[in-house]
Order: sequence, then C-alpha cells, then structure tokens
Amino acid sequence: MPGEAPLALNQTPDVLVIGGGNAALCAALTAREAGASVLILEHAPREMRGGNSRHTRNLRLMHEGPTKLLGDSYSEKEYWDDLMRVTKGKTDEKLARTTIRLSSDLMPWMERHGVRFQPSLTGTLDLSRTNAFFLGGGKALLNSYYTTAEKLGVSVRYGAEVQELKRDGNEIREVLVSREGVMETFRPKTVVVASGGFQANIAWLKEIWGDAADNFIIRGTPYAKGRVLKNLLDQGIASVGDPSQFHAVAIDARAPKFDGGIVTRLDCVPFSIVVNQEAQRFYDEGQDMWPKRYAIWGRLVAQCAGQTAYSIFDAKSVNLFMPSVFPAKRADNLPGLAQQLGLDPIQLEATVAQYNSAVAAGSFNPRVLDDCHTDGLVPPKSHWARRIDTPPYYAYPLRPGITFTYLGIRIDEQARALTTDGGAMTNLFAAGEIMSGNILGEGYLAGFGMTLGSVFGRIAGKEAAHHAIK
Amino acid sequence: MQSSNTTDEARRLLEICNACRYCEGFCAVFPAIELRRSFTNGDLNYLANLCHNCRGCYYACQYAPPHEFAINLPKTLAELRGETYVEYAWPKPFAVFFKKNGTVVSIATALGIAAVFLLTAGLQSPQILKDVHTGPGAFYKVIPEGAMIGVALGTTGFAILAMVIGAIRFWRDTGGGKATGLHALATAARDVLTLRYLGGAGDGCNNRDEQFSQTRRVYHHALFYGFTLCMGSTTVAAIYDHILGWPAPYAFLSVPVLLGTFGGIGMMIGTAGLYWLKLVGDQTPTARKWMGSDYALLMQLFLAAATGLALLVFRSSSAMGALLALHLGIIFSFFAMMPYSKFVHGVYRSAALLRYAHERRNSGQPEVATHS
Ligand SMILES: Cc1cc2nc3c(=O)[nH]c(=O)nc-3n(C[C@H](O)[C@H](O)[C@H](O)COP(=O)(O)OP(=O)(O)OC[C@H]3O[C@@H](n4cnc5c(N)ncnc54)[C@H](O)[C@@H]3O)c2cc1C
Ligand code: SF4
Ligand code: SF4
Repeated sequence: MPGEAPLALNQTPDVLVIGGGNAALCAALTAREAGASVLILEHAPREMRGGNSRHTRNLRLMHEGPTKLLGDSYSEKEYWDDLMRVTKGKTDEKLARTTIRLSSDLMPWMERHGVRFQPSLTGTLDLSRTNAFFLGGGKALLNSYYTTAEKLGVSVRYGAEVQELKRDGNEIREVLVSREGVMETFRPKTVVVASGGFQANIAWLKEIWGDAADNFIIRGTPYAKGRVLKNLLDQGIASVGDPSQFHAVAIDARAPKFDGGIVTRLDCVPFSIVVNQEAQRFYDEGQDMWPKRYAIWGRLVAQCAGQTAYSIFDAKSVNLFMPSVFPAKRADNLPGLAQQLGLDPIQLEATVAQYNSAVAAGSFNPRVLDDCHTDGLVPPKSHWARRIDTPPYYAYPLRPGITFTYLGIRIDEQARALTTDGGAMTNLFAAGEIMSGNILGEGYLAGFGMTLGSVFGRIAGKEAAHHAIK
Repeated sequence: MQSSNTTDEARRLLEICNACRYCEGFCAVFPAIELRRSFTNGDLNYLANLCHNCRGCYYACQYAPPHEFAINLPKTLAELRGETYVEYAWPKPFAVFFKKNGTVVSIATALGIAAVFLLTAGLQSPQILKDVHTGPGAFYKVIPEGAMIGVALGTTGFAILAMVIGAIRFWRDTGGGKATGLHALATAARDVLTLRYLGGAGDGCNNRDEQFSQTRRVYHHALFYGFTLCMGSTTVAAIYDHILGWPAPYAFLSVPVLLGTFGGIGMMIGTAGLYWLKLVGDQTPTARKWMGSDYALLMQLFLAAATGLALLVFRSSSAMGALLALHLGIIFSFFAMMPYSKFVHGVYRSAALLRYAHERRNSGQPEVATHS
C-alpha cells in the first residue's frame, strides 16, 4: 500500500507523533523540516486517517488587511474579543494570543505544504471574512499533508494504537503500541501527542452522563477515545478544561453513530417549533441567529428524555435552510406526522394549536432578527414565529451530536506538557484538540479548532525537533 | 427519462453532496448541484455529462468507502453517463451497440477493414493491392474516387445526423430552452477547448492516488488537437482535389501532409498516453463496465493515426495499396461507429457545459474560481 511504512521501522525516531489529524501532521512536517527523523502513529487505517480533521472545512485567520482570499481585515483585537465572548474569559491569554498572532502566517505555510483554498462555500457568508475554506474540505487538506510528509521522508504507520507512554521523572522513555494485536515498543527521543479528545469513548462519556450517553451521536472519528490522554493524566500530567463538558449540536437523529460529519447538521430549528417526546415545547427556538444558537441545542436535546426531540415546521419553511442528508418526515396533517414520529397526535395538535394562537403579526425575514414572535407563550418564540398551518407538515428527529470534549493536558508556550507538581516534561509536547482546553475553556468559535491545531502543531514540531537533535 | 439503479444511486449521492458542498471549488458539477434541491432524471443526466471524471472529489470525499455512505461520485456519474449514451442514441435500435461497446466497436473496426479489402480485391482486382502506384490520383487507382467519396460522405453525414439528434434529445430531456446567447456559447466553447474542468481547480486530475497531475489533460489535448489537425488536413485535401483539381498524394511539405503528420503524431501520443493512464490508474473511481468502450475508441483513433502516418511513409512502395485499404477501413468504421462509441462523450459534455453556462448566467451565482 502506498505510504505504508516499511516493516523494519525506526524504533528510536527523533520525534514520535501520536495521532494522524491536522495537529499531528503540522507537527510532523515541521519537525521533519527541522531535520528530525519522524514517525507518525495513527490508530485509524489509511482510508479513515485524519481524525476529526477529515470533517473540517475551514480555519479562522487573523489578517490586518485584505488577503487574496479573505476580504477586509480581522484584527487581533477583534479575534481576541470574539474568543473572550465565546469562552466567557476562560482562556489562557498568553496561549490564546500566540494562537491568534501566529494564525496570520498560516496560509502561506499551508499552501507550501500542498493545501489549496477556495472562496467561502455558499451558505457561509457569515464566515467569508474570517475563515479560509479548504478546497475539497479537511480530507483533501490531510491528503496534501500526508503526500508532502511522505515526500519528505516522514514514516507513517496506520492501524497503530498507542496504549501507554512510560513516564520516568520528567521524561517519556517508552511508548507502547498495539498493531494488529501485536505490541511494539518505541523509544523515541521526543513525543508529540496530537491524539484528539475522548468524545468517541462512550464508556468514559457514560461515567459522566450515565446511560444518556448511549444516545449521543459522535460527529467525528471513532478513534478519538482519549486513551493517551487518560494514560498521561493518570501519570501526573496536569489537566485542563472541565472534564464533564463537551461541545455538541443538535443533529439528525438518524445519523450514523460515528463520522456522520457535516451533512447530518440541521439548520431548521429557528423556522420550526421543537418538541420533546411528550410533544411539548421546551425552549425558545427563535432566540438568536442560528449559528450563534447552534451549540445550545446540543445540550438542550441531550437533556430531553431519550435524548431525542423533534423539529416541526410546515410547507412555508421547507426551503429556508440548507438541505441535509436525510429527507424530512412528511405528512399531510399533524396527526399523521405525529404517528410517524411516535408522538401523541392529540398532544402534538394541542401544542401546535397553542403555539399558533400565540403567534403575533409581524413581517417575516429569515436573515435578520425579525419581529415575528409569540405573545404570552411559555417558553416564547422570540423571532421567526409563524403559524404552522400549511400542509404538508415536516419534521426532523434531533439527537445531540458531540463534536469534541474539553478535557485536555496543560501546556506551556513551547507546547510542553506540564505536570501536576508544577514542573514541565522535557520531551513531551501536545498539540490540537488534546490541549485545546488551555484556550477554549468553554464555547467554540467556528474554525478555531484547526487554527489552534495548526499553530500548536507547528510549535510542538519545532520544539520537539529542537530538543531531539540539539 | 428512464429510471435505473444507477439513477437512484446518483440521486442519493448528489443529495449528500448538496448537504456537504465541500467539493464546491473543484468543478462545474457542484455549483450546478447547488442550484437544485431535488434532482429529476433529466437533471441527473445533465450532471453526469457535466462531470469530467477528474476524480478529485473521490479522493477528497470524507464519505468515500469504507465510510457507510460509500460515496464514489466519479464512478456513479460515469455509469450514469454510459446509460445516457444508450438513452439518447438515434435511431433507437442502434442503442444496442452500446451493450458490450468495447467488443462491438472492435468487431466493427475489423469488419470495416475486411470489407474494404474484400471489395477492393473483389470489385477491382487483388493485384491492385500489391502494385506500386504513384503520381496524382494514385490513391484512386486502389479505391475508385466515387466509392471513396460516396462512403465518406455517407458515413460522416449519417454520424453527424445521429449525433445532432442525440444532442437535441439530451437538451430537451435536461430542461430544453433556447441554446442561444453569445456569452454562454463563448463560455461553453472555452470550457470545452481548454478542458477547464478536467483538473481539480487547476492542479489537474487524480490518476493513481491523492496526488494531482496534468498528464491527462495534456494527453487529451494532444488527442483532441491532433484529431482537429487531421480533420483540417482532410478538409484542405478535399478543397485541393475537388475545387482546385489537384488530386492526392501531396508533397511532404504541403499543407495537408503537414497538418496530417502533426495531427497524426499528436493523436498517437494522446491515445497511447490515455491508454497508459487507464492501465496504471486507480480503478476504484471508474465505471469498469465502460472501460472497454474507452479502450476501443482509443484503439480506433490510434490505429487511424498510425496507419495514416504509415501510408505517408510508404506511399511510393508496393505496400501502399494494402495500407490505404487498411487506413480507409479503420476510418470508415470509426465514422460509422461514431454515434455509438465513446466518441459521443464529447457531444453530450459540450451540451452539458452549454447548459451550465446558461444556467449560471441566469442564476446570478458568481463563477466558481478554478484557481485558488
Ligand atoms: C463534523 C465536524 C466538523 C468540524 N469542522 C471544523 C471546521 O470547519 N473548522 C475547524 O477549525 N474545526 C472544525 N471541527 C473541529 C476540528 O475537527 C478539531 O478541532 C480538529 O480537527 C482537531 O484536530 P486534532 O489533530 O487535534 O485531532 P483529530 O483530527 O481528531 O486527530 C486525532 C488523531 O489521533 C488519532 N488517535 C487517537 N487516539 C490514538 C491512539 N491511542 N494512538 C494513535 N492514534 C490515536 C486519531 O485516529 C486521529 O487521527 C469540526 C469537527 C467536527 C466533528
Ligand atoms: S464528494 Fe464527498 S466531500 Fe465532496 S461534496 Fe460530495 S459528499 Fe462532500
Ligand atoms: S469533474 Fe471531477 S470533481 Fe467534478 S464531479 Fe467529476 S470527478 Fe468529481
């Protein structure tokens, strides 16, 4: 198979990179170009390589003036303000500012390593100034990185799950890896962990969320099980981020358990009413413009019985949002729709009737916070409230889709892992999702995951190579 | 408008792509998808022919197999494209030629060659094929002028008629409407002549793996423009012969011979290169059942060029008679099979690009950047 490392692998590379997503590849490329020998260990097989990064489409770049792709400017200050707003100040300012500043020269570096960009995708106008889109998406980006890495002589081993890192004082001495049931031991000079979050580890999620976690859908890779993260935290590496929190959005309940990616997202909520399994509304669907409310709904649906809710709308609204992967359920009347969804038809009709009678007159405009709202309804619908009265009626079943978890390992500005006793590891570095909690204490900013992984991937790669060959 | 398993599969994929859109910048297909929310069979046939099979969207797809969505757009669209050739073929009964098309075209070529040999030997005399003929009108000593011109006009005339009717059927089925409008025509012509969309937004196609390469575009250009030069050569020769009264053969440095020589060399390089790319390429994103059809057309074109050049080199020798019969047999079968071979991809692709140019102008969507 092309790109597969030869069987006799260098067991003592200068830099061992754990993970095969964006952060891992940025680290590997940088370390290799700094003269180090580099081995990448990726748990996934080649066809599914690349973790959550394979599902991405853009990254957020600071720019003080117009660039060939991004118009106008997106200053450090504005970027910082956006970050403060979403994290509510839960961030490490030094690391955050480093990320923002270094994001401004990512694009030429990425292009030199084969990544190509395209104008912002249709339907994403809100991001066209701040976010650069990858031509072909995240998998195409990874393909370019892997191709370049192989040309530079980076070895890649697929299907290789890192099970354990052996800590000795402030050093990692050995890395134990299982591949096709066989254990191997590596003794690298330095290690970069870029193995993502633990969102695909359902057992771990259950420790926090109980059986509800069985109904969670994982939007990205099934390989982000947090094995390396847990192993390191167990050995006194300092943690960062709330261990119980994750980023989630409401997605189509029929999505595959893992790797459904972008196409399972639903943008219908603001144009609908959302009911739980009792056919009752439970939250203001029209609170704010959708991208801003996107993440709240993951949490809301996770708190519903059966972790399921239903977004219900009528023929007037069916073309107001982006299509998604599965067709909406459809019926000529509400009881028919209720039946398809397994809801009580009488209750659904009652909920809709109650909502309809509370809808105040207004002029509907899907692009702004319009004046269509309800009067005297609890909970209210503050915008885009129109009567649901025009057949056919439609519904999408919703479930929480987990994007990533916040728990990670604490690092310093050189991306070195810190220890619980206040020290720093000498040869262990971290990049990407696994250290994002340093900067994203909560919330999320579209395109920030890839920015953070690229910036700290490069820092980790550089520092690791430097440490290994000095 | 027929429905088939391929149609259903294409519809399934396109609905996923329309929710995803990550490949929007690769080619014309994705912006065209985004102008629609649902896909009629006519829409699918249009999109299938708009796809240039560059394979960029296969390697970039986060849902490619082994993902359970199993998206392989280039393969499915290529299969559907093949079905459109059958669907729009005229006259209807001749659509059967698209079944096992590779074999049919190969047999037709063999029959064409045999027919010319047998008729020459039978109606004239076998000796004619062995004699040395030189000077003006030498070729007509082997194949009489009336026969050569009659067959040539007959087959090309019929082929053009059949392909025009096919194109009209395609146009109607994919939405009809007027096909005028200078800007759209000019855009479509440029897109055809430059193979703008054969190339993942500027870096070329994917042949063997994730890496991009311009080789396919280069070979296709060599073939296309080589073929155009050869057609030019034939046209000039026809003018010399029938208007100016100078029958072939012509001097080595004459216009028809120069055009034919360069054209023939271009065609040989192009066909051999494309053949090689198919052999070494990754077959996953291809419609294997239509590969035979591709190979057969490439073989016909290669042989047409090779025998043409051989004829030029050996025209003063005793091999000329046989070479001429061979060359004309191949040319004859090529034109006869034109509407029923992979050749029609050019007709429907051009029509699809014209439709695309029209609908983009009418939609007001900005042009998709092909370089970034
Ligand atoms: C559907 C979706 C869309 C998104 N879109 C965007 C976007 O457009 N822009 C953006 O900035 N962010 C986006 N994100 C977030 C983004 O994906 C992440 O922030 C980013 O990809 C993290 O990169 P990473 O390299 O740290 O981790 P990942 O890409 O998840 O990579 C982790 C890697 O580690 C490997 N691994 C894990 N454990 C082991 C082990 N024990 N041994 C060996 N290997 C192991 C995995 O196989 C994987 O290759 C999106 C996320 C999802 C789910
Ligand atoms: S081919 Fe795959 S990645 Fe590209 S638009 Fe379609 S679904 Fe998305
Ligand atoms: S032209 Fe290329 S990118 Fe476009 S649909 Fe066809 S194979 Fe995919």
